[in-house]
Amino acid sequence: MITWWRQPWIRRLMTSLAVVAVVELMTGPSGSFAAPTTGLIGSYNERVSVYGLFVGRRWMVFLVLALAFFGVWSAWLRGGPRMRAALRASTASPRDVASRRPVRWGFYVVLLVVAGFLPHLVNDPYWQSVLVEQIAVFVLLALGLNVVVGFAGLLDLGFVAFYAIGAYTTAWVTGALPTPAPFDVHLNPFWAIPVAIVFVMVAGILLGTPTLRLRGDYLAIVTLGFGEIITIFANNLYGITGGSYGSGGTTGSHPIPHFSIALGPIHYRWTLAPVPYYYLTLVFVVLFIIGFSLLEHSRIGRAWTAIREDEVAAESVGINPLKYKVMAFAIGAASAGFAGVVTASQSNFIFPATFTLQLSINVLVLVIFGGMGSIPGVVAGAVVIQTVSMYLIHTPPAGFQESDLYMYIGALLIVTMIFRPAGLIPSRRRRREIVLSEAGESHADEVLTGDVA
Amino acid sequence: MGAFAHFLAGHFDTLRLEFWSLLVGGVANGFIYGMVAVGYTLVYGVLRLINFAHSEIFMTGGFASYFVLRAVMGTSVPSGWATFGVILVGIIVGGTSGALAATLLERVAYRTLRRRNAPKLAYLISAIGASYFLFNLAGKEFGRYNESMPQPYINHPVFTIFGAPVQLYYLVIVAAGAIMWLILDRFVAATKLGRGIRAVAQDAETASLMGVNIDRTIAITFALGGALGGVGGFLFGLGSGVVYTMGFVPALKAFTAAVLGGIGNLRGAMIGGLILGVVESLSIAFVQAAYFDVVAFGILVLVLLVRPTGILGERLGRSA
Repeated sequence: MITWWRQPWIRRLMTSLAVVAVVELMTGPSGSFAAPTTGLIGSYNERVSVYGLFVGRRWMVFLVLALAFFGVWSAWLRGGPRMRAALRASTASPRDVASRRPVRWGFYVVLLVVAGFLPHLVNDPYWQSVLVEQIAVFVLLALGLNVVVGFAGLLDLGFVAFYAIGAYTTAWVTGALPTPAPFDVHLNPFWAIPVAIVFVMVAGILLGTPTLRLRGDYLAIVTLGFGEIITIFANNLYGITGGSYGSGGTTGSHPIPHFSIALGPIHYRWTLAPVPYYYLTLVFVVLFIIGFSLLEHSRIGRAWTAIREDEVAAESVGINPLKYKVMAFAIGAASAGFAGVVTASQSNFIFPATFTLQLSINVLVLVIFGGMGSIPGVVAGAVVIQTVSMYLIHTPPAGFQESDLYMYIGALLIVTMIFRPAGLIPSRRRRREIVLSEAGESHADEVLTGDVA
Repeated sequence: MGAFAHFLAGHFDTLRLEFWSLLVGGVANGFIYGMVAVGYTLVYGVLRLINFAHSEIFMTGGFASYFVLRAVMGTSVPSGWATFGVILVGIIVGGTSGALAATLLERVAYRTLRRRNAPKLAYLISAIGASYFLFNLAGKEFGRYNESMPQPYINHPVFTIFGAPVQLYYLVIVAAGAIMWLILDRFVAATKLGRGIRAVAQDAETASLMGVNIDRTIAITFALGGALGGVGGFLFGLGSGVVYTMGFVPALKAFTAAVLGGIGNLRGAMIGGLILGVVESLSIAFVQAAYFDVVAFGILVLVLLVRPTGILGERLGRSA
C-alpha cells in the first residue's frame, strides 16, 4: 500500500508544479534584499497580457502550463514506447542519410558557404560584432575545451586562463602593456599568433604536468583555482599587466594594434570593423576544425579515447596517460590562445574583467550542450547558445537582466546532464560510453563502487 | 641579500606584533572552514565525488538566516541573553535551510543521474550547473549586492590573549563549530544511521545487500553536511554580510581544508580547516591583501601534489 503522496501521479503533478514554479521565478521580475517580495511574489502576481487575448496574472498562465506539462508527461508515460517509435520513424531516415559521407561533406560545404556569406546576411552592426566577438571567438574556445573535456575526458574549469594568457601575450609583444615588449620590438598581431600559441601551450604543459596526475574532480577544482589566480594576478600586477585598468595601464593609451598585411602587392589593414575580423577568424576556425578532427582519429586521439574510457587498461597497453593528458591540455589551449589574440587585437584594449570564471563556465556549457567530443556538436552548441544569449541581451524580454544569463546556463547544464548527456549532436563514441556505463558494462568511470578509483 | 633580509625582518616584525590577534582570527575562520569541509568530506565519503554545489548550500544558510533574523530582530539590537537567543535562532535556521537545500540538491542533481548510473563526469557537470543556477537565482531574487546581517551585539571583546582581544563573535564560531562537530562525530560513529553511512562509504553494494537503504543514506549524508554548511554560512554572514556569491571563496577554501585533512575523513576536515585558517591568517603578515586568496589555493596544490591523501588519509569508513 503506497501512501497517497507517494502515488506516481501525485508525484508527477507535484514535480510539474515545482518545475513550472521555478521557471516562473526565473523569468519573473528581479527583487532585492530590501524587498525580496518583488521577485518572489511579483513573478506570480504580476499582470501579463497573453498576446492581447486576455490580461491576467502570471500564476494563471503558469498553472495552465504546469497542467499541460503534467498532461504531456502522463501521456508520454502511457504511450511512451509507441510515441518514441513514431518519433524515431519520422526522424530516422534523415539521420541515416546524414551519416553517408558525400551527403555529410556536401552539408559541411553548404554550411561553410553560409558562414562565408553570413556577415552580408546580417547587416545589423550589433550582430556583426557579435559574430566575431561572441560567436567566432567562442567557437574557437569551445573547440579547444572540447579537446580537453570531450576527447581526453578532463574537466577543466579554468580554461579562461589560456584565453587570458593569449590576449595578454598579444598585448605584450605588440608593446601595449606597461611592461616593455621583448627587445622593444613591437610586432604585428600576426606574429603574435605563433608567440601566443606557444605561450599558452607552454602554460598548459606547466599547469598540466603537476596537476594532471590528479583524479578528475581534483583536477576540476585545481584548474578552477588556476583560472581565478590568473585573474587575481592580472588584476593586481599594475606594473606588468596594467592591473584592473587593463592593457592601457594607469598612464598608457597605446592600443593593441589591428592586424595588417604588407606582403608584396597585398596591403591590407584590419580596422575596428568586425567583418574583416570575422573572415580572419573563420579561416582559423576552419583550420582548427580540420586539425582537431584529424587529431581525433590519429594515434593521439585514440590514446585520449582509451584513457578516457579506462585509464588503467590504457596504461597496461603502454599508453602513458600523463603524457597524453598534458598533450590534450596544451593542444586544447592553442585555440584559446588564438582566440585571445583575436580578442586583444580587435578590441584594442583588454581588461582582466573579461577573463572571469563565468567565461570558463560559459565555454563549458557550449561543449556540454553541443556534445562532448563531437566537433560538429560543439560548433553547433556554440553558435546556438551564443546567438540565443546575445539575442536575450540585445532585446531583453520583460524581467530579464543580462546577469540572469548564467542562471539559465546553470540550469541548461543540469538539464543536459539529466536528459541528453551526450549533447545536441552526440559523438558516437561518447554516446556509446554513456550507454555502456548506464548499463553497468563500463567500470572505469563509475560512481558508488566503494574503493575502486 | 641584505635588502632581502631587511624585507623579511620587516614581515617578521608584523608577524611578532600581530601574532596573537591573527591567530585568534585564524582559528575562528578555521572553524568555519572546518564546518563547511565536513560537507565535502561526507559526500565524498559515500559518493566519491566532490559536491561542487556545496558553496550554494553555504549561501542558502546565510540567506535564510538573514531573512529570519531580520524578521525576528526588527530594528532592535539585542544584548545579553537575547544575543544568544538570536544567535541560536540563526544557527537553527541556517542549519535547517542548509540541510533542506542539500537534500533538494541531491534529489535533483544527483539522484536523477544515479538512477541512470551516469558516468562520473556527468555528476560534476550537473553539480557545477546547480551551483551556477542557485547563486544566480539568489542574485536575481534578492539583488546582486552585499547586505550586512542584522547584528546582535557580538563584537565586544570577552577577554584577551596576550593582548589580542577575543570577541564574542569568535567564541560563538568556535563553540558552535566544536559542538556541532562533536555531535556529528558521535552520530556517525555510534548511531544506526551513522553506521549506514560508514557502510555505504566502504562498499555501497554490499551495504545495500545488508539492508542499508542507499538512497536514504545518501540523502541523510547530504543533509548532515548541508546542515553544517548552512550554519557555516550563517556564522560567516554574521561577520561579512550576505551576497549571492558569498559561497564561492569560502567553499573553495573549505575544500582545501577537506583535502588537507584527508578527504573522506571527518576529523581530518576539522583539523584541516583549523590548520588552513591559521596558516592563511598568519600569511597576512607576508602577502598583500590582494593575494590573500592565493595562499589557500597554493596550499591546495601543494597538498595535492605532495600528499593527496591529506594529513589523516582518506577513509570515512574506518577513522570516522
